[in-house]
Amino acid sequence: MSERPALPAPPATDDLRALLPAIEPDRQVTDWGRSERVEGLLDATLYEFLYHYWFRCEVEGIEHVPAVGGALLVSNHAGALPPDAAMIAKAIKEEHPRPRPLHLTVEHFFKGYPGLAMLVNKIGGVPAHPANVHRLLDDEQQLVLVFPEGRKGSEKLYKDRYRLRRFGRGGFVEAAMRARAPIVPVAVLGAEEAMPIFAHVGLLQRLTKLIYFPVTPLFPHLGLLGAAYLPAKFRIRFLEPIPTDQWGERPWDDNGLVQTVAEDVRARIQDELIDLVSHRRSVWLG
Amino acid sequence: MSSRRILITGVSSFWGGRLAQAIERDPSVEAIIGVSTEDPTCEFERTEFVRLGLQHALLRRIVQAAEIDTVIDTRLVVDSLQAPPRVAHEANVIGTMNILAACGGPHSPVRKVVFKSSAHYYGCEQDDPAFFTEGMRRPHPPRTRLESDVVEAEKAVEGFARRNPDVTVTVLRFCNALGPELRTTHTELFALPVVPCILGFDPRYQFIHEEDLVGVLRFAVARDLPGVYNAAGDGVLALSEVASLLGKPLAPILPPWGSSLAAAALRPLGVRVPDEVRNQLRYGRGLDNRKLKAAGHGYAFTSRETVLKHAEALRARPLRRGEGEPYRYEREVEEFLRWSPSVRRKGTV
Repeated sequence: MSERPALPAPPATDDLRALLPAIEPDRQVTDWGRSERVEGLLDATLYEFLYHYWFRCEVEGIEHVPAVGGALLVSNHAGALPPDAAMIAKAIKEEHPRPRPLHLTVEHFFKGYPGLAMLVNKIGGVPAHPANVHRLLDDEQQLVLVFPEGRKGSEKLYKDRYRLRRFGRGGFVEAAMRARAPIVPVAVLGAEEAMPIFAHVGLLQRLTKLIYFPVTPLFPHLGLLGAAYLPAKFRIRFLEPIPTDQWGERPWDDNGLVQTVAEDVRARIQDELIDLVSHRRSVWLG
Repeated sequence: MSSRRILITGVSSFWGGRLAQAIERDPSVEAIIGVSTEDPTCEFERTEFVRLGLQHALLRRIVQAAEIDTVIDTRLVVDSLQAPPRVAHEANVIGTMNILAACGGPHSPVRKVVFKSSAHYYGCEQDDPAFFTEGMRRPHPPRTRLESDVVEAEKAVEGFARRNPDVTVTVLRFCNALGPELRTTHTELFALPVVPCILGFDPRYQFIHEEDLVGVLRFAVARDLPGVYNAAGDGVLALSEVASLLGKPLAPILPPWGSSLAAAALRPLGVRVPDEVRNQLRYGRGLDNRKLKAAGHGYAFTSRETVLKHAEALRARPLRRGEGEPYRYEREVEEFLRWSPSVRRKGTV
């Protein structure tokens, strides 16, 4: 029917990775909304101080963080304002021979809360949506940190310290399997004591619309000073990566396998935490 | 399949008008018919214009009589600025239904339908993915009238594609477009002395330049692209970044709570922030544009370049005011110019 010359065949569509937008040099933020400037400022002031002087972080097993390719870091989560994510990111920055940015998955709550919505994605937070994790791990080959305990970890009371909560529904395992990215379990010691929670105030939680309203050693009676951490000694241990391409094609369809792997990761971190706590002579001095 | 007899709806809008002008230059296209509810705003050389009612009820007769093989539907109202909600609903839902009815049926000559949709299909919510791909559905039912219209119109197109497997149906979901000739809620907001935002939010924004917008539509006409495609420039900006590219301060004129009341209060001042844009100012939106790129389309401008180009146009706007006579459509003049034997045409002696 047509006399028009045939158009060239479209290029292969299977490798969408090559079609990711190039990074424009004059941009202020990445496509995820991450700002090097804001992050750098925070890193040079607060994180630097916390990492080296306040928490005196000690890092083991940094070689388990891959230097290239996507990897999913899975860690325990604690403290009313959890400092663990920032310290893990800083540990990779300080100790790793090839430092890479770490993307932290955060609850959707943060995207909807004024102020936090502006800040969280500037410093590397990404809403915890499976599609986001997949894009970061598979398409962009980045490092992603998840806390499968989510808010159940950070809101737990001091009496439950270092006892891992349920690991969600294993969504993080599925995400790693789909991206064929290794899972790197991480055990963090110290965050529980940096800002322990003794109780929750339900009424104030509803009034402020925050995810929880805790009572910590310094909050709420000291107001904004309550955001200060206690100087607990931090130990961050990166464990051996678990490859997720060892189970054949489409392992994520096997719900049982996903649950088993999630439980295995949880058990590894729990064992490591028990080991870390039992070898710790002082909460503050390590 | 190559398109030779093309019908464009919404030809009086920027989208349809510029597309018709671009297609006119293609000699392999025999006939271009533009329909719209209003008079065209740009000059056509050989596009024949037919004025239709809002519901496009008589379109079927035109399609049959002119043996149209390709229908490009650019008429969807995707901005509350363009029409009041009732009119928009009439055009988007009933209009789409009638246009599809005109294209379907066992004896229809139509072989290709290109449907211009909008990223409003996905909405803007707190638990959205950062990059929508074409296969994703919105996590919650639409909350604004415009969004539910877009969803309903797309549902009709989807049903049409299922019932007519021998017709190539392309749905293009465009992100926010910017350009000197476009008039949308966002171009109006960016023309203010400050860039309005909601206090405490810095949403992610993606833009497509008006030239790319015509380019994408042309690409869909030139190629056979069955299915849904996102159309958006490379790169997702933060609103703060958009403001600095425009060289304007970011002003939190809307409070985080009660922003709909504040938006209503701003309306008498000439600042219009419709519901769907308020959601965008809060949560933002990003599209994965790789499917269309994988099909072979290249964008001329990234989101950032689109905003920079727009900033240039905004600065030049006061100088351009009153420059030249705007085009006015008059049926008699057009008919004289096209058909009168007294008019000397190029290429004929």
